[in-house]
Amino acid sequence: MKSLKTVVAAVLALGTLAASPAFAGKTLDTIKSRGQVICGVHTGLAGFSAADSSGKWTGIDVDVCRAVAAATLGDAEKVKYVPLSAQARFTALQSGEVDVLSRNTTFTLTRDASLGLSQTAVIYYDGQGFMVPVKNKIKNAKQLKGQTVCVQSGTTTEKNLTDFSKANGLNIKPVVFEKLEAVEGAYFSGRCVSYTTDASGLASVRNKSAKNPADHLILPELISKEPLGPLVRRGDDEWAAIVKWTIFGLLEAEEYGITAANVDDLKVNTKDPAIGRILGTTEDTGKLLGLDKEWMARAVKATGNYGEIFERNVGPKSALQLPRGLNNLWNKGGIQYAPPIR
Amino acid sequence: MSNNPPKKNWSWRSQAFRGLVYQVLAVVLIVLCVGYLAHNTQTNMRERGIQSGFDFLNSPAGFDIGESLFAFDSGENYWHAYLIGFTNTLRVAITGLILTTLLGTLIGVGRFSRNALVRGLCVCYVELFRNIPVLLQLLMWYLMFTEVLPESASPLVLGPVYLSKGGLNFPIPVWATGQFFAAIGMGLALVVAFLYRRWAILSFERTGVPRSLFWAPLGIVLGFGVLGWLIGGAPSEFNMPKQGEFAIENGGALTPEFLSVLLGLTIYTAAFVAEVVRGGIQSVALGQTEAAAALGLGRGQTMRLVTLPQALRVIIPPVTNQYLNLTKNSSLAVAIGYPDVVSIANTAINQTGRAVECIAIIMLVYLSTSLLTSLLMNWYNTRSAIKER
Repeated sequence: MKSLKTVVAAVLALGTLAASPAFAGKTLDTIKSRGQVICGVHTGLAGFSAADSSGKWTGIDVDVCRAVAAATLGDAEKVKYVPLSAQARFTALQSGEVDVLSRNTTFTLTRDASLGLSQTAVIYYDGQGFMVPVKNKIKNAKQLKGQTVCVQSGTTTEKNLTDFSKANGLNIKPVVFEKLEAVEGAYFSGRCVSYTTDASGLASVRNKSAKNPADHLILPELISKEPLGPLVRRGDDEWAAIVKWTIFGLLEAEEYGITAANVDDLKVNTKDPAIGRILGTTEDTGKLLGLDKEWMARAVKATGNYGEIFERNVGPKSALQLPRGLNNLWNKGGIQYAPPIR
Repeated sequence: MSNNPPKKNWSWRSQAFRGLVYQVLAVVLIVLCVGYLAHNTQTNMRERGIQSGFDFLNSPAGFDIGESLFAFDSGENYWHAYLIGFTNTLRVAITGLILTTLLGTLIGVGRFSRNALVRGLCVCYVELFRNIPVLLQLLMWYLMFTEVLPESASPLVLGPVYLSKGGLNFPIPVWATGQFFAAIGMGLALVVAFLYRRWAILSFERTGVPRSLFWAPLGIVLGFGVLGWLIGGAPSEFNMPKQGEFAIENGGALTPEFLSVLLGLTIYTAAFVAEVVRGGIQSVALGQTEAAAALGLGRGQTMRLVTLPQALRVIIPPVTNQYLNLTKNSSLAVAIGYPDVVSIANTAINQTGRAVECIAIIMLVYLSTSLLTSLLMNWYNTRSAIKER
């Protein structure tokens, strides 16, 4: 027995010597030498990140990746997309499989404080809603008392649903699936009376998977706050700053009227010092981030400003037809407020 | 320990010594590997600021579980949620084991039928269901339930039973004194039936008069049950399912998730069990059947009294494997939304971020369940093995 203990102790001591941290070096350097930003995205959520038949990715989350690639590498196409399930996403980022996780992920305290990840900036203010078939004549979520609700596992949604059910004494029965396709299948087949997820997600699913989108109603009430945005690994503050300020830059660009169409013109002709700072013509803001001075000009040129990204992917004229709402700029009735680039 | 141990020979020439050295080396290597992996994981997690540990098990879960045998409230702790998931796994596994055994034996025996149609059907069953991946079968059953069946607003009404996308709803008796007495009566009757059976066997061996070993004990148990129910005032109140606004309410309910998992696993595993049973029966020498026929036993009697008991020795070890497979395959239930232990762990991983710990718990649960199953089956195997005298 005693000898066994000695063996174990020796083994543990050896283990200490042999263990080596697998992660070192700056993310930006790695990306530059690799020539690619590796971006964790959703497996397929129209408007946020979805690949078309030719393999081209589009969506708000995808545009964030493209903007970051344009800012850091000078080319928005230098992105490798890694589709991740709700469950695999954090592990993929923690283990270094992806550089940035841009996958409609809600910022919460638990995720910020205990996963070894940093939340950057909010690109979409969302809230959890319910979708019901129109024929059931349900008009508000309280009518779901005792009913089954389909929900995807590995999301904040599950917990919000429980909180809502408990607070209102509704005794809702969740039917939990791992895959988005399975949740959709179960809801559209009629297994559940309702389907719950972020309101934007509901719009996306209704548009993509419903036989007739008009047969399904998204209830007006939202039961939670879901600020969605990209996350990066903790421990590389420079990289976190680049992702964060690229998003702020896209918001600032909208605020100052810089668009993909006029960015080249403004670079030469603008007299506004704020625009000059954003586009790097008067001050070199990129240098402070470890980038060159044209970083934001390239990002806007590649994806357009925040407003353009929103309109193209999810806005009222897109297939999803989501209102701008909370996601409008602070001076236009929304809460999107970026710190100034200076 | 014997009183005079054999002389030890500490030299490379001694085979025993070399064997010992190799064994110690092997153990040290394994311990080293495991220790290195565990330590590396821990170091890396600490360096990246990922919190770890099992302390989360004592914090409130915060999520609901769709169906459970025992009431669960979202305010209860994670370990309680795990327990609910585990009981859900066991619920599918145990019912599955029983149904699989019955169905598998029937199909396996059916392959020896004189009726060509029965034989052919059994062959088709086995070849069809054991050659389709079990996950596909689960999805297929689930699709059958959710796509083919009518909406819960207009269910198929089969007498008091409702069948719809919402699952199977049926009346359950309202628990009253009568049921309590009936349960006690049946418990007592089990003892009586056991004693009767022992007496019947002894009496058969003494006098040669055969007595019923199945119907009479069954009658005793049922009789006592009815007696208890009558004494308790013969309550006949049922909790009937009734049509609600969007779904069927009240009564007992089996969800389509549970039914799909149960059906899928049972039908898949039964195909394998049937083959095992067939092999077992074929392993019994033909002379045994002929001898039984010479003694005047019918075909049914030969199967029940001569062939199957001998085949059992060959059947039990591979059937144990199938039982273990069924239990482990129940983890696929997560694909169709049944809240088994894997599904609960998946949710827990995402709420807490403790991936390593949650996966470790799943492994522990399946490992211990499987070991327990093999332990029981090994015991049964020893019991039914040939007793050499």
